[in-house]
Amino acid sequence: MSTDSTQPSTSPVPGAGAEKAADPAAGTARAAGSELIRLEKVTKRFGTNTVLDDLDFSVDAGKHVTLIGPSGSGKTTILRLLMTLLKPEEGTITVDGEQLFPAPEKQVREIRKKIGMVFQHFNLFPNMTVLRNITEAPVTVLGLSKDEAEDRARELLEMVGLTEHIDKHPAQLSGGQQQRVAIARALAMRPQVLLLDEVTSALDPELVAGVLDVLRDIARSTDITMLCVTHEMNFARDISDRVLMFDQGRIIESAPPEKLFSEPEHDRTREFLSAVL
Amino acid sequence: MKWDWSAVSEFMPYFWDGLLVTLQILVLGSLISFVLGLVWALLMRVPSRWVTWPVGGVTEFIRNTPLLVQLFFLFYVLPEWGVTFSALTTGVVAIGLHYSTYTMQVYRAGIEAVPVGQWEAATALNLPLRRTWTAVILPQAVRRVVPALGNYVISMLKDTPLLMAITVLEMLGEARLFSQQHFQFTEPLTVIGLAFIVISYLASLALRALERRLVH
Repeated sequence: MSTDSTQPSTSPVPGAGAEKAADPAAGTARAAGSELIRLEKVTKRFGTNTVLDDLDFSVDAGKHVTLIGPSGSGKTTILRLLMTLLKPEEGTITVDGEQLFPAPEKQVREIRKKIGMVFQHFNLFPNMTVLRNITEAPVTVLGLSKDEAEDRARELLEMVGLTEHIDKHPAQLSGGQQQRVAIARALAMRPQVLLLDEVTSALDPELVAGVLDVLRDIARSTDITMLCVTHEMNFARDISDRVLMFDQGRIIESAPPEKLFSEPEHDRTREFLSAVL
Repeated sequence: MKWDWSAVSEFMPYFWDGLLVTLQILVLGSLISFVLGLVWALLMRVPSRWVTWPVGGVTEFIRNTPLLVQLFFLFYVLPEWGVTFSALTTGVVAIGLHYSTYTMQVYRAGIEAVPVGQWEAATALNLPLRRTWTAVILPQAVRRVVPALGNYVISMLKDTPLLMAITVLEMLGEARLFSQQHFQFTEPLTVIGLAFIVISYLASLALRALERRLVH
């Protein structure tokens, strides 16, 4: 049994967005407030089951948006559409002004560079060390040299508090440690958007805090845009600029967390919150 | 029936020749089946019927016809079309090809056993398809299939005497030749029988060592 002994440092985040403006290779930092993601009339079905129903919403650059709602309400599907793991049946998705469906493969690859994702089950590559998990994509996709990629990986591992595990394989780490590696791996690509898909749902309860601390840290100290599906309501309250309540493939309520959690307008939201809080 | 040690010692020089040929067939045949099987398995994933139907048809045909028939076909029919190889080359190719139709199914199962989350992580990191295969999927798939591939090596070992039918003098061929010339069957057949057991045993030991290394 691993103990998750190493806690993440609380120092300002060296990687990710904070450095973006200073790093010419990382692309242009976007003015906060401009629209980065837009979904228009998006419908996604699995067979006869409509998971997203004529959905419209947009996220501005640098904002942290949390999606809540009962399971099966379509939250995760939105993240998976943005990551191009799924295709919508209808509607358009635009990222940073570029349309995602339909789009030529080359354009899809360019858009994907702007988006990073952390999965519920980590999905680290078990055949690679922690270091290679983090350097693989920066080297093969972004064309960084091995040294550059490893420097970047070390910075990120320090940020998530796993420096001494750099040469281990994922199977030698606890779930919480694996998830922190997965966060570092996503940030190593310097994405503008970070998609977080129930990143603590598969963790033992005592390991959740370490992962959430890292994410709070990132939310606070970078200008990265976050889209977060979670059942951790306290975390959602802490980091979100806006919370979207989903039910049956539709957004039924959208409000700042202080409003949505304390005085929800919709009965369905109230029911849901009283069940989970 | 009596046991004649002098027959054993007379047979030994022929035995060594046969052993060398058997090992050659086994090693080269295995290599061919490992490589070709992977090629078939990957071709079967190409999203086009123009690829999967011919590959599926041909491999199904090879898997479901006897190796002995294939040996005869390659050895006696190909020369009529002007293609001539030595008996040993023909035998190695035939056995490697035949077993590649089994190993392709092993690889397929291994590839399908890699969790879909690995593909998704590769997509999320924007890895090119080729890199996803070589760096993520195949290393995990191959690790899973080593035991199953090893079983086919042992199985192939036991099929090597079929090559006697196309005049290859592997262990059984040498034993039969010796027996017919000296009218002593017990000793040479016993010697090669033991040799088969020893080779299988050593191969399975090597396999287990390889498995242990692959699991870290």
